[in-house]
Amino acid sequence: MPRPAHCVPQRWTNKPVSGLIELLPTLLEGLRLTLQITVVAAALGLACAVVAGLAREFAPRPLNWLAATYVEVFRGTSALVQLFWFFFALPLMGINLGAFLTAVLVLGLNTGAYGAEVVRGAIGAVPRGQWEAAASLGYGRAGTLRRVIFPQAALAMVPPTGNLLIELLKNTALVSMITLSDLTFRAQMLRAETLRTVEIFLLVLLLYYLAARLITHGMGRLERHLARGRDHGGSLS
Amino acid sequence: MNFDWGYALETLPGLLSGLVITLQATVLGMLVALTLGLLLAVLRHAGGRWIGGAARHFIEFVRSTPLLIQLYFLFYVLPGLGVTLSPLVTGVLALGVHYAAYCAEVYRAGINSVPRGQWEAAASLGYPAGARWRRIILPQAIPPVIPALGNYLIAMFKDTPLLSAITVMEVLQVAKIAGAESFRYLEPLTLVGVMFLVLSLTASRLVRRLEARYGRQARPA
Repeated sequence: MPRPAHCVPQRWTNKPVSGLIELLPTLLEGLRLTLQITVVAAALGLACAVVAGLAREFAPRPLNWLAATYVEVFRGTSALVQLFWFFFALPLMGINLGAFLTAVLVLGLNTGAYGAEVVRGAIGAVPRGQWEAAASLGYGRAGTLRRVIFPQAALAMVPPTGNLLIELLKNTALVSMITLSDLTFRAQMLRAETLRTVEIFLLVLLLYYLAARLITHGMGRLERHLARGRDHGGSLS
Repeated sequence: MNFDWGYALETLPGLLSGLVITLQATVLGMLVALTLGLLLAVLRHAGGRWIGGAARHFIEFVRSTPLLIQLYFLFYVLPGLGVTLSPLVTGVLALGVHYAAYCAEVYRAGINSVPRGQWEAAASLGYPAGARWRRIILPQAIPPVIPALGNYLIAMFKDTPLLSAITVMEVLQVAKIAGAESFRYLEPLTLVGVMFLVLSLTASRLVRRLEARYGRQARPA
């Protein structure tokens, strides 16, 4: 039997809905910082991934070892431990980067270490014959890499890179623990103020989810774009 | 500021007892993840349109949202529902659910790699659905994916420091408290980093050995 309108408890009428809208501006402000950190760290991570990946594959000994050490250290320790080390321990040695720079540096280096393995794997997966064919056409080693191998490897890199970017987006939540007011930090702040825990955290989960969908969608488009050449050109894979 | 070995040695016993909590959380969390992940994978495969679809959406949602938020969610919301758990148990639950979503995808790959003929043979031999999964499909689906599951165990181990956010006294939390008391963060945090590095490098060597053992079996003759 439906209850008469005046018996419905107040909190189930229009208040929660208008309440959600009240929460949104603060959370969106946090989302902006979250996305900024994601974008800057992704750019840094991409650069580190390509440099370290190529160095592990092609560079002579000392450089090769340096890249391997970087990859092992950042993949072998926890992202939060890295963040704390750079934020709490490094300033004691006289290097004070500030919270934002620490966040993008650590998350970028962390993503780059995982990305280096993606780059290495994708380059290794290009068939050996492509190197030989390019050499017989008179390409040098660098030219072969840049014009023949890398464009083919790039296509294979897209799906794992999409996963890495989503991991990065999720890892940005950790920066709330080094005082940055990202989406997670704002959620905690709002929770302490309003105690509307369920609504706030569901909303925040939804915002992260939508951002992740956006990355998946973007990477899908990038993959189709990079695959175009393959459909018209030679018959690979 | 130089690395003070004396102070590092002083903090070591506390850190090691924190490391025990970290390892406990990892092992228990993985048990939850392996069990719940298998349940999700089977439901996704056999659950039909509604249950299978719900499992698929749950997996995708959990995988695309931060573990830290999921931790906070359980930590603050469960007591409101009348469920009071210790921070460690809450943390184990959150780690377990988060990684169950990843494990479900790994199991799925294993299940999909079982040849169609095995399903048909099991059905034609009159195995009921439960026995078909238990006796025919899963024994072939799981061994090839054991190395992949091992990689997620390592990933989970590296995510346990997040439990410090809900007051669990795991190794990073111990290091942070030691640092805050003495204003020397360098030694405890570096030690924690070294502990993670040594343990996860050792573990990934073990996974590589598993790959050598199970990887060959995975390939069809």
